[in-house]
Amino acid sequence: MTRLKTAGALIGHTVERVEDAGLLTGRGRYIDDLPVRRDTAHLAILRSPHGHAEIRSIDTAAARALPGVFAVLTGDDVARLTRSMTVGVKANVECWPIARDRVRYVGEPVALVVAENRYVAEDALDLIEVDYETLPAVVDPEKALAEDAPVLHPSLGTNLINERSFRYGDPEAAFAAAAHRVSIRIAYPRNSCTPIETYGVIADYDPGEDAYDVTANFQGPFSIHAVISRALNVPGNRMRLRTPPDSGGSFGIKQGVFPYVILAAVAARVAGRPVKWIEDRLEHLTASVSATNRVTTLEAAVAADGRIAALSWDQLEDCGAHLRAPEPATLYRMHGNMTGAYAIENVAIRNRVVLTNKTPTGLNRGFGGPQVYFALERLVHKIADELGLDRLAVIRRNLVPANAFPYRTATGGLLDSGDYQTAIDRACAEGGLQSLQQRRDAARAEGRLYGIGYAAVVEPSVSNMGYITTVLTPEERAKAGPKNGAQAVATVAIDPLGSVTVKVASVPQGQGHRTVLAQVVAERLGLPLEAVRVNTELDTARDAWSIASGNYASRFAAAVAGAAALAADRIRDRLAAIAAAQLNVTADRIDFGAGKLFDRDNSDNAISFGRVAAASHWAPGTLPDGTGQTIRETVFWTPEQLEAPTATDGINSSLCHGFIFDICGVEIDRATGHVRIDRYVTMHDCGRILHPGMVDGQVRGGFAQAVGAALYEEYAYGGDGSFLTGTLADYLIPTVMETPEPLILHHETPSPFTPLGAKGVGEGNCMSTPVSIANAVADALGVEDIRLPLSPSRVSEWLYVEERPSSKPQDVAPVATGASGERLLTGAGSADVVATRESVWTMLLDPNTLKAIIPGAHEVRKVSDTHFRAEVTLGIGPVKGRYRADIRLSDMIAPEAVTLSGGTEGALGSGRGTGRVTLTETATGTRIDYRYEAAIGGKVASVGGRLLDGAARVVIGQFFQALARHAGGGGPPSAAAGLIQRIANVFRRRG
Amino acid sequence: MPRMNAAQRHGIEFTLNGRKVRAEAENRMLLSDLLRHEIGLTGTHVGCEHGVCGACTVQIDGKPARACLTLAQQVRGSDVRTVEALAPDPAELSPLQAAFRRHHGLQCGFCTPGILMSLDALLRERPDAGREDIREHLSGHLCRCTGYATIVKAALAAAEEQRKEETTNA
Ligand code: FES
Ligand code: FES
Repeated sequence: MTRLKTAGALIGHTVERVEDAGLLTGRGRYIDDLPVRRDTAHLAILRSPHGHAEIRSIDTAAARALPGVFAVLTGDDVARLTRSMTVGVKANVECWPIARDRVRYVGEPVALVVAENRYVAEDALDLIEVDYETLPAVVDPEKALAEDAPVLHPSLGTNLINERSFRYGDPEAAFAAAAHRVSIRIAYPRNSCTPIETYGVIADYDPGEDAYDVTANFQGPFSIHAVISRALNVPGNRMRLRTPPDSGGSFGIKQGVFPYVILAAVAARVAGRPVKWIEDRLEHLTASVSATNRVTTLEAAVAADGRIAALSWDQLEDCGAHLRAPEPATLYRMHGNMTGAYAIENVAIRNRVVLTNKTPTGLNRGFGGPQVYFALERLVHKIADELGLDRLAVIRRNLVPANAFPYRTATGGLLDSGDYQTAIDRACAEGGLQSLQQRRDAARAEGRLYGIGYAAVVEPSVSNMGYITTVLTPEERAKAGPKNGAQAVATVAIDPLGSVTVKVASVPQGQGHRTVLAQVVAERLGLPLEAVRVNTELDTARDAWSIASGNYASRFAAAVAGAAALAADRIRDRLAAIAAAQLNVTADRIDFGAGKLFDRDNSDNAISFGRVAAASHWAPGTLPDGTGQTIRETVFWTPEQLEAPTATDGINSSLCHGFIFDICGVEIDRATGHVRIDRYVTMHDCGRILHPGMVDGQVRGGFAQAVGAALYEEYAYGGDGSFLTGTLADYLIPTVMETPEPLILHHETPSPFTPLGAKGVGEGNCMSTPVSIANAVADALGVEDIRLPLSPSRVSEWLYVEERPSSKPQDVAPVATGASGERLLTGAGSADVVATRESVWTMLLDPNTLKAIIPGAHEVRKVSDTHFRAEVTLGIGPVKGRYRADIRLSDMIAPEAVTLSGGTEGALGSGRGTGRVTLTETATGTRIDYRYEAAIGGKVASVGGRLLDGAARVVIGQFFQALARHAGGGGPPSAAAGLIQRIANVFRRRG
Repeated sequence: MPRMNAAQRHGIEFTLNGRKVRAEAENRMLLSDLLRHEIGLTGTHVGCEHGVCGACTVQIDGKPARACLTLAQQVRGSDVRTVEALAPDPAELSPLQAAFRRHHGLQCGFCTPGILMSLDALLRERPDAGREDIREHLSGHLCRCTGYATIVKAALAAAEEQRKEETTNA
């Protein structure tokens, strides 16, 4: 396509953001800030405490009876008014936004409460009684494939929901002829970019028109609008979806709000009033959405000089409990780029998608890239090591040559532009690789652990909306009809006073789209930046949009800004024609600048922009013939390069391909296993840079998230499906202290396929940084099986346990789990009380005493002599909940010893345990010794060990403290003892 | 403290951004909810409601405090300041806010009000604050967008500017 000319006045410069004044003064308008109708009620969601269980019954009577509650809905209530959400593969499964007869992940919605405010709604959740029958859970994708694995969806009969194999070139021949075969196995963990603002939805239903009106901090893609409308059983024009003016970050995650759009919409319909839902952080971490975890085996056919002739990929993708739209897109987003930055002709791929008892996955910054590059760049590193070659030399040997662009990859991608060799040379020179190597050598000479890692990565942007259909066979695709393209849309409008407004369907979450669009359009119309106002709120009932609308796949600069430039140019041409007539010159002599249109050869011959611009409104009859209006111009732009998958499964999955080369130096503390990033260089080619400040902001932000993914963050699950990282004290996001500052370099090769030459830039470091850190750690430690996150405990294992050569990744083994993967707590202690053994014994068996001394007990009932039932409320960290406990007594030796065993269940989790209590006579009374062992699952387990162990100790301590107080207050043997001594004796805890 | 009933709303009087206000709240209501949903000042954001992210930071009697860990009833008689009070007038930014804009210290802006309130308190109390002080104070805040470098830069620039102001005024 022909490149648009630009005057260069605004584009490419770092201007202050138009968004900032409002955001800095507290005038942002995020979803929870928007005004709502006065009768708006609040939605709260009861969620599954189990990873896998049948729902036997749900009793909502008490919740419904609570004053202030307007409606309570279960899965069946929702199902009556909706349809199952569309699943992206051919498979006999349903996909509901709320559990019906079975829960399949911790945090899965089970019931909805609509009440006058959030406090009352949450009170009502506590009153809902759900009877579960727990089932064995499976959280490991490889175990989920085993013959005897528990099956999540009986209708499917297996957990393997999709499998496809692909072959490009002649991989078998290349492997047969290769001098070497090198392979690597990778287990990439689950993580999420966790925006600081959580999900939010405001929904309303108009029964008169059978129409929904929903505002949500959804980020797109708006192909999901079709999924929502279908699920709600209304045509698209009766499902109005709007987005708020501001959104507190997304990074892909807010695509996953859509099941809640459906739930809130139905809740509003049933409650007969608007409903608002703001997700809390525990809900967000547990049950919003995350990246996929993936097990990959990658093998290369390699020549003696390190040249790679073929790759063979085996990818096992874990999408969690349901395959939710647009999954399995994470697995296919990179399909055209499975050879990375390298010219590799032969590729074999086996892709399997498996379901496990974990939260369904979705968009997350980097989307499929981190998983692919972790395998590919670890493998390239390993090839060099096994062949005794320099690692950088192996990277260089395999790069796509600079003169080969646009370059068609083996799997069908079309790499638009680049000069990878020069970018790498510059990164090494300007990033100081030589001095870094000296630094490493010096550190090693002193016996310190220091390593250097690289990563060369192609960053795809502007997704082909048809790539996901590569998951279908060519025959299935032929039947369904072709899917392709990526419509970007922008509108430029001029009002009667001649001022300019831009509207786009880009749905930013902090990226500064309004500023960049003002730059682009103001420059083309010769106006100052402030003269152009940009609106990025989206309303599907009023605005121009399409399925590709939204903010994902780094499509803004490349596609949306380009569409705005094209719309501005169309208006510009017409304005030039109008001005030409008035200035008596030909249109090609008209230029735009300083708010004027003027004769290029005589700038005194000029007319103000406002005057020309307003003519269409005030005097349309005066426009030169054939000019057309200049009131509003909407451009839809889709690149021709984004074709549907070919009959042989070739797919150009993205329009643009940036390039990144990273160099990372790490030092590892021998004593603690702590990984410190000593130096980080990141070279980017994102085509033409529109706003340098924002591009660097994107790079730094992505880099910080990638540091988190590499070193700290993991959505960890116990073997029973319990979620272990439900607070920000357990899911560790880097603070300023953990975030080093990278050296950012740029090498620009403009994209020939986009209007402005720009490519996407937001996701690259999420793809390159985890593996370059891992390569550096591998270099420092000489360990091959590097697993993320590189926590000090994991690194210490490699430091201190002899490394056995293992090509098989081990199971993700969260800390401190029991046999079935719950969190295990053990403890022991003792207390002295001023009472006889007999009286202590009687107290322990008396429900009234127990009620008085069990912390938080509301009621203790004696079912039989050896069986008690209790209702208690306990708060652990931020998680406060009501539990029902069943306690049985056994091995009773009155009055010496008794074993208490039992289970407890509540909305927030479940537990079971045993404790042995022994009573010994002492000089002043009785010593109580206790030992306990408990296993805890569900939401409570997700608050993490740190809080839980401490909380358990406190609660159990309180119990005996109360017992001692109770005993001390009541008579012998210390009746003779003085009050002071009694107080002193009352409670001396040991152990 | 007066005796209160859990089921009832109780009046609270305090100073908010320089003005006396009177509001009503149940005992269990959080200060963050009082400010945002009862009074309508939505500049104070809520990111975690368990004290980790720092988005809800306000100043209570001059000291930064987490509004999500404070009960509304606790600010009786106190002087509470929120992000809405930082700018000297509606059309002008404070030097700290302006430095954030100049140095791209924000993207989505969700973490920003809390960070501004912490830094504002720091720079008032410790006009000589340097890079390490600033980093330490920032470590109580999570930002998912910026990677922090530009926030540190903005804070340093604001501190520098404030020191210059003071020398010229002295
Ligand atoms: S909302 Fe208060 S610290 Fe996160
Ligand atoms: S600017 Fe988005 S979280 Fe800090």
